[in-house]
Formats: sequence, C-alpha cells, structure tokens
Amino acid sequence: MSSEARTEALTSQVSTADTVKRYSVWIATAAILTSLPAILSSGTALTTMSLMGIMIVFSLSYNMLLGQTGLLSFGHAVYYGLGGFFTVHAMNGFGGKALAIPLPLIPFVGGVTGLMFGIIFGSVSTRRAGTSFAMITLGLGELVASASPILPTFFGGEEGISTNRTTLPAFFGLRFGSQLETYYLIAAWCFVCAALMFAFTRTPLGRMSMAVRINPERTEFNGYSAAMVRFFVFCVSSFFAGVAGSLAAVNFELMTVASISARQSGTVLLMTFVGGVEHFIGPILGAILVVFLQSFLSDLTDAWMLYFGLLFVAVVVFAPGGLAGLIMLHAPLVRRSRLHRIIPYYAVMLLPIALGLVGAAGLVGMARILWANNSNATVHFLGVECHAGNPLAWGAAVLLMFAGLWLGRLWASRVSKVFVLLGHEPPKQVGR
Amino acid sequence: MRQAVAIGSMVWALFAWPMPSASAQNIKIAYIDSFSGMMADVGDVATRQLRFAIERINNQKGGVLNGRKLELVLYDNKFSAQETVLAAQKAIDAGARIITQGNGSSIAAAISDFVTKYNERHPGREVIYLNFAAIDPILTNEKCSYWHFRWDAHSDIKLQALTNYIKSNQDIKNVYLINQDYSMGQAVRKTARDMLSDKRSDIKIVGDELHPIGRISDFAPYIAKIKASGADSVITANWGSDLALLIKAAGEASLHVNWFTFYAGGNGSPTAIKQANPEPGRVFYVVDGYANLGGKEAVLLEEEFRRTNGGKSIIYPQVIEMVEMLAIAINSSKTDDPKQLANALSKMKYTTIYGDEAFFRAADHQFFQDMYVASFVPLGGEVKFDEESSGWGWKTIAKIPASDTLLPTTCKMQNHPGQ
Amino acid sequence: MLQLAILSTLNGILYGMLLFLLASGLTLIFSVMGVLNFAHASFYMLGAYLGFQISQLAGFWVALVAAPLLVGGLGAAIERWGLRAVHKRGHGAELLFTFGLAIVIEELVQMVWGKLPVDYRVPAALNFHAFEVLGITYPAFRVFMLLMALGIFLLLFFVLTRSRLGLIIRAALTHPEMVSMLGHDVPKVFMLVFGAGCGLAGLAGVVAGPLLVTQPSMANTLGPILFVVVVFGGLGSVPGAFIASLTIGLVQTFAVSIDYSLGDALAGIGVGRPTDGVLRDIYSVPVAQVGPLIPYLILVLVLIFRPTGLMGARET
Repeated sequence: MSSEARTEALTSQVSTADTVKRYSVWIATAAILTSLPAILSSGTALTTMSLMGIMIVFSLSYNMLLGQTGLLSFGHAVYYGLGGFFTVHAMNGFGGKALAIPLPLIPFVGGVTGLMFGIIFGSVSTRRAGTSFAMITLGLGELVASASPILPTFFGGEEGISTNRTTLPAFFGLRFGSQLETYYLIAAWCFVCAALMFAFTRTPLGRMSMAVRINPERTEFNGYSAAMVRFFVFCVSSFFAGVAGSLAAVNFELMTVASISARQSGTVLLMTFVGGVEHFIGPILGAILVVFLQSFLSDLTDAWMLYFGLLFVAVVVFAPGGLAGLIMLHAPLVRRSRLHRIIPYYAVMLLPIALGLVGAAGLVGMARILWANNSNATVHFLGVECHAGNPLAWGAAVLLMFAGLWLGRLWASRVSKVFVLLGHEPPKQVGR
Repeated sequence: MRQAVAIGSMVWALFAWPMPSASAQNIKIAYIDSFSGMMADVGDVATRQLRFAIERINNQKGGVLNGRKLELVLYDNKFSAQETVLAAQKAIDAGARIITQGNGSSIAAAISDFVTKYNERHPGREVIYLNFAAIDPILTNEKCSYWHFRWDAHSDIKLQALTNYIKSNQDIKNVYLINQDYSMGQAVRKTARDMLSDKRSDIKIVGDELHPIGRISDFAPYIAKIKASGADSVITANWGSDLALLIKAAGEASLHVNWFTFYAGGNGSPTAIKQANPEPGRVFYVVDGYANLGGKEAVLLEEEFRRTNGGKSIIYPQVIEMVEMLAIAINSSKTDDPKQLANALSKMKYTTIYGDEAFFRAADHQFFQDMYVASFVPLGGEVKFDEESSGWGWKTIAKIPASDTLLPTTCKMQNHPGQ
Repeated sequence: MLQLAILSTLNGILYGMLLFLLASGLTLIFSVMGVLNFAHASFYMLGAYLGFQISQLAGFWVALVAAPLLVGGLGAAIERWGLRAVHKRGHGAELLFTFGLAIVIEELVQMVWGKLPVDYRVPAALNFHAFEVLGITYPAFRVFMLLMALGIFLLLFFVLTRSRLGLIIRAALTHPEMVSMLGHDVPKVFMLVFGAGCGLAGLAGVVAGPLLVTQPSMANTLGPILFVVVVFGGLGSVPGAFIASLTIGLVQTFAVSIDYSLGDALAGIGVGRPTDGVLRDIYSVPVAQVGPLIPYLILVLVLIFRPTGLMGARET
C-alpha cells in the first residue's frame, strides 16, 4: 500500500469509543451545567452561578490575550462594557416591538460591538507588545471611562441604563423573567463560547498567537506579521468580551459605567491570573473562585479586599501558573496513578497551613478592631473570645502564625522531595 | 474526565456552604451599602444610626408586634450597581423583606428597579425598599415605584427651600453653580436655574460648572473661576471629598462667598470646612433637622448618640424617623407583609423628633417635612452642639415649612398590587 | 480674564510640580529597572499618612525628613525581597506584582487609619498667605511645595549628571547588561533606585497631604495621570518628565477655565445645535468637562505616534 493509503486506513479506524473519550470533558461539563440548578436552587446560588458563567466567558476572552498571545491588557473591560451598553440600548429599542431579536440571540449584539471596537482600538494598540501595549490599553480604558460623563444619553451617568428582558418577544414561550431561565441562557452561551475559544486555540491563528508570545522575532522570520496576528487575536478576544458584556446586561438588566472602569479590567486580570494563564481551564477556575470569594467573603469579613490583594501577590510570586498550574503540576502523578500516595503528605501539611492562617486572620481581625478605636471590643474567633487589647491574644496569634510558617517550611521540603520522586520514578515494569 | 469530576465536585463543595437559617422571630432589615472601598465611611455612618434607631425600638419599646425584634443585616455592594442587585438577591434569600439604602442615587435606582421587577415576577413574596438619602428627584417622578419610599427631601425640594430663603435675601446678586457631574448634580443645576429665574429674576447666574465626581484633587482652578466671575454666593450639592476640597481651596485663596450646600454636615466636611478657616456664618446647609434646633427629644437623642458613638453626630435624622415609622406601620398593620406596610406608610403622618409635622405623599411616596437653612458658626448661645469636635456648629437661619415645598410630581405608579 | 490666566498659570505650575515630584521617581524606576511601578501612587499615599502620623507626634519638619526615609526604606525592602524574586520572570510579572502591591498597601492604610480622611494640617509656620494676585491670595504652603519640587529637580539633575552614582544609573538606563558585566552591582543599584523613587513619592505625599485631603482614595486619583506623564516625557529622561508634568498640569488647569463647547464654536458659524440624543451631548459639553480626558488622549496619541515620548532615550 502507498503511504497515503496506509495513513488513510489507520485514521479511519477511529471508533465511536475514541470520539466519546475525546469529548468526554465537554459532555461531562454540559451535564454538570444542566444539572446544577437542581442541586443548588436558591436565588442567590442561581444569581452567583449566572455571574460565574458571565465571568468565565470574560476571563477566557482575556486569556486569549494574556496567556496565549502574551498581551497584558489593562483596558479589556472597555469591550465588555461597551458590548453591554449596546445590548441594553438594543433591548430598550426592541422592547415591545414585534420584529425584534429574541433574547437568546441578543448576545450577538454585544459580540459584534466588541468586535467593532476591537478593530478600531486594536488597530492602534497591537502594533507593539509588552509594556507599550499595556500602557495603550490603560490609556484607552481610562479615555473611554472618562468620556462616559460626557455622553449621559448613552452611558446613563452614574445610574446607568436599565432594561427589562421580559419585554422582548417570547422564545418558545419563555419570557426569561425568572433567574432559572436566565441561568440556562447564560450557561448555554458560556458553554458554546468556551467551546469556540477552545477550538480557536487549535486553529492556525491560535497556534501562531502562542508563537508570537514565545518568540515574536522568529515568527516574523517565518513570514508571519506579529502585529497582524496580535491584531486578529485582539479582535476575536474583544468579540467574546462583548458577548460577556451582553450576558451581564441580560442578567442584571442594568449597565453602569463601572463595567468599563479600570477596576473591572483589574478584576478580570485578577481572575485570569489567579486561575492560571498557562492552561485553558485556568481562567474558568479563576472566575469561579473570584466570583465566589467576592460574593461570600465580603459577608464574613471587612478586610476581604486585603486578602484578595495578598492572594494575588502570593500567586504572582510563588505560583505564577495560578491554580490551574498547581493542579496540573500533579499531572505526572495522575498519569502514573500515584496521586493517592502524595495525599497523606498534603494532609499533614494542612495542620501548619491551618495554624498559620488562623494566626494571620486573628492578627488582621484584631488589628482592624483595635485601630477602629475600639480596643475594648472582643473578637469572637473560633468560639474563643479574644480581647482585642489583650497582649496575650496578640502573642498567641503571632505564635500561631510563626508556628504554622515554621512547621510548614520543615514539612515542605519533605513533601517536595516525595513529589519529585513520585513524579519521576520509573513505573514498575511488568515481568521484571 | 477526572479533571471535570474533580472540578465539579470542588464547585459543588464550595456551594454547600451552610446558609444561615432565618430566625423566624426577627424581622430582618437588609441594609445594602458600600462598606469597603472609596465610599465606605458613609456606609459606616448610616449603619451606626440605623443600629441606634433599631436598638431604641427593640430595647425601649420591646420590639414590634408583641416582642418581635428588628434585626439589621448588612450587605456590601462595593458601590457597584450590579453588586447591589446581587446583594439584594442574597438579602431576599436570607429572609429579608425590607431593604434599605441611602448613599448613591445610582444604587438607589438599581434597587428600586430590581424590587419592582422582583415583586412583579414573584407575587406573594414582595419586598419593600426604604430610601433614606438618595435624593435624585427622578426616583419619585419618572422612575417612581409603589414599593419605594423616600425619607430624605429630594434635591428639588431642597432647592425649593433654599431658593425660598434666597428670595428674601437681597444681598445675594450673583450666583455660581458648581456640582458633580452625575444625575443628581445635573438635576440640581437645572432646577436651581429654573427656580432662581422664577423667584428672583434679578439674580445673575455667573457660572455653571459640572466636574467629575470624586476625581478632582485640586479645586484651585475652579476657585479662580468663581473669583473671576464676581459671584457672591455659590450653590453646590457636592458631597464627600468634593465638598471638602472645594471649600479648602476657597479658604486658601481667601475667596469670601456664601456657600449654599446640601452636605456640609456630612462625614468629614465640618472638619474640612473648619480647616479652611471661613468667616462664621458663610457656609450654609439645607437640611431637615439637627440637634441645635432645640427640641427636647432631639437634644436627648443627640446626646445619647454621641455618647455611644465616639462623639459622632446624627447626620441622617431621617434614618431615625424611618425606623420609627416602620415600627409604627408594622404595629398598625399587625403584620410584616410589605404589601400592608406600603399601604400604611403611604398615608402616614408623623411628628419628627424636632417637633415638626411631617407626612408621606401617597402620589409619589415622598416624605415631606419642614426644612431648615443653617449656617456654620462658633459655639455659643443656641449653638450647643459642635460638629466633629471643631468648636463650630449649626445655627438656624431660616425655616421653610413643608407646605411650601410641595412640588408637583410626574409619578404614575404602575405597580400598585390592586391594578 | 487676566486674573484667571495668571491664577491658572500658577496653579497649573503647582499641579505640574506635584506631578513631577511623583513622576520623577516613577520614571527613574521605569527607566532603570524596566518595571512600571503601579504601586507608586500608593507609596505617595503612604508618605502622606506617615507624614500625618509623625507630624502628630513630632511636628511637620521631622515628618518631612522621616516619612520619605521610611517610605524609601520600605520600598527598598520590597524590592529586595519581593520584586527581585519576580524580576527574572520578566516585566509582565513585575507589573502584576506592583499591581497587587498597590491593592495591599491601600488596604493596609485603610485598616490602620480608617476610611475617613485624616486631619493633616498645614504647619503653623507656613500657614499664611504668601502674596496676593488681583484679589486672590496664594498660600505660602503652595509656594513651599513649588520650591521643594524645584529643589528636587535640581538635586536629581546634579546627582544624575555630575556624580558617579548618577553615571552608573544613566548607563544602566540604556545598557543594563553591560553595566553588570563591567562589575557594578546592578541589583544594589536597582534597590537603591527603587528605594529612592519610593522615597520621592513619599516626599510628595508628605508635602501634598495637607494640601489635598489625605484619604484612602488619593492614590487612585493621581495614579493614572502619573503614567501619562512618564510615557509622555519619555523613558530615561528626568527633564522629559519635568516638561511633561508641567505641560499636563497647565493643560488640565487651563482646560477647566474654558467653558466653550463645540456647539458654541459651531453656532458661531451658524451650525444649529441638535436637541436630542448623543449628538446633543457631544455638542454641548464644555471644554472644562473634557479636561480630565485630555491626559489620556495624550497618552494614547504619544504611544501611537511617538513611543519614545518627548525626550526618551529608548522605546518602552
């Protein structure tokens, strides 16, 4: 047989079982997304999950720039926000009319908006990469944000533009009034967008964007224009950011200038980076984690923003691969089916970590109360009442923190040795 | 595959966080405001006053409906309208049917909108929204809602009171308007022009400025403009650092004009004003009440509040009135169902802690009470309480009765449950 | 009109000098180390708060010396133990580090001093009116600030051009690897530059604190403008930063005085004013409201058309 015929014969042997295995992750994800509301059905859970869906699309679009192409943007929220604003105006324009886009297709409005502005702003931003790019995106972001008070008709000033998603024509009888229906809409779009963005990483353009990140000079030598590659990726990324903005508009039925602000850009950067820029699943994890922390941590403590900042700095310094990177570190272990052997070591690690965290949190809590000029106040910590002005309590917290750090350090070297061993020890050969 | 399962179970585990079960006895009042970030101090101030008022009801009057206590639950919205919607959802989930807020008309609009839509989509599980300080007139005009009640005089009413005072003051000839560039500031500027031309057509408006909110660090250029315009009075609805910096810059440039403000009594402003060393009696404040008015109840309350809150003054007397009136509504309707409460409140009459007769107007759910124009002077005479330990306090200059402030409304409530 | 022009010039120069105090440190750090210190404005804020606290205990003049030293020391420590660890991973990682640092510093400041503005007053010795211009007085403290900023500029200029250290720093601006190969301790130079830059920011804070209200949001107000100044002035150029700061200070101050709008200009030639919608907004907005926008416009235009900035030695 000729070589082509042989290859032909081999590839046509892909069976259904293989296809299912390849797409198993996606099938499982779809199943989980569909069944989640059954498990977590409270209003808050639905709203939070909807927000997570929106942020997942946003972060994935951001990672197209950061993780894939190496472009650090400080103004990505512009496309998100503008997509959302065009969407609310479209919804308000369409509301009540017979010939309107049904709600499930509305996110296209945001996507097209994002694409449009991506083309306009991208043409000037993407000529250079690196810090220059970061600065231009910062400038553009601040520019658009500063322009918002000047155009109150479009941006609605401080109170934004509100809309009502039930005024659009019913889609197979669904009016999307309830949060449950909105969740399914967002989940569907999130799934489709994630799949598309994943597919993008497999396209030639997607591959070239990674090449541009790794070695732009070499890419140029191979005949590709690095600037054009960056520009195209920027446009696609802005499209998806616009879609995320649309989903946000549908979800909250309100769009304010906060969505184009530097703070929103900072949040998506935080999410993507903490989740991990080196793996596709990183931004997804980051979005879920950060939305969760933002929603629930602020109820537990006033100093949540401080914890956020510290988490971010810790990830930058110690774990630049983010959460996904940490998880993927264990991939060699999983491949050799040895994950269970490191678990006892991690379990022992939990003690010093817990001590350290308790101590640190106690310190922060007491410091806050003390400086709020209320040194008579007591902190209820883990059921124990600690007097904020009591040096003994402070001493205990400091002790706990240092004990945790010291023990952790002692144990950490042991854990890393075992880790390396488990990861690289040759597998037991059968029959020898 | 394993990754998906692992991640899925992690997400599920995170969500299996136990939800606090609502204590069936307590009536929850959810207070949504900014407790972190730039506007955090205003959230703190209002919280103290809400707690003070609620404790009075719970301790001195034994709660409502024969022993049920009012409970304040705080939700942080990080001064974001979208976070507010999320916070409102959380509050409702935790069993709160009364939502209150005040700082930021943009936030208020978001809550009002959300509550209206929610009540429409979930009949039988309505919630009610009590607004104690967001004064954009639009909330009781074009964007009014049956479920929204506003205790603070909105900016048009405040301007009505102010321009009524200016009408009789022939010293004022050239007025400069400077406001923050957002809905409330824009409303103030437009209404001020209209009202002034109506009542004192001889007054010239020599300047009309809008500046970005919370972004200007140095107001010296604006002060230069005010000076160059020859104005003798400035009307501003600025609050927070925007007011403090404006007056500070004026002090440095020795600009001597009358300052007609809405928020000179707000947190941090008296300190900044004193620091700018103005002449006594030049800084004015349009407000519904303060301790130096002299009413016995008001004085007692002020003393008690300052004692238990580190010397801070009652900046939002309407918060105390709001809680009291809520308790009255609950007791008179014998229920905590928002439908009945809304009904009771919309017709309620009330005597304020300053002894004034006040009432709600059913057409737009706006609370009307006597307004006062006060000026900032050193302690002495009737000025017994000072602000923020500065040695200066508020002295009454004029009283404008509520009947003079009954502006027309364009509100057409579409969400009355009876319709 | 003349009164307004004179005052605007004075105020513009003053604002520009404040920006320069901050930008000088930032441009040095950016130029020598390649890291854009996002937390620079946070060090400025820290300087203001420390200045406040120390002046409560020991007076303003002690604070003027002590606070910048403290802030500079803190900056050096952060460089040594934090930034250096991230340095090998490239500029992106360093940017992110300083970004997180900015958040942490702001939160810590809020934790210690609360969220309200603090009562940081002008020292009594300087609390008088220096001179009067057409009816408006000019405070002595502002003149002090002006003189201080000028002094710093001259000091920096002399250190960079006449001293050996300055020579090494200027060399490291354009050829850091070469400098290291010639045997100079480049990490130590980095630490020194970072510390000095933060110290300058702290000094700006101590001086600006009484002038502008000392509150947690002061970092975010000034932060973005700083980057505009640094990029506009060009990398590696302290004179460039000087010119850029003054330009932006003057432009912003003068823009505030102009109340004309596009609609006014077009009405002059007979074009009607739209009554509704977005076009009305664009037509009626006065230049004064557009003022805050101008620096960012400059930033974007500079980066597109002249990335080296006004007087930069090399590109970003």
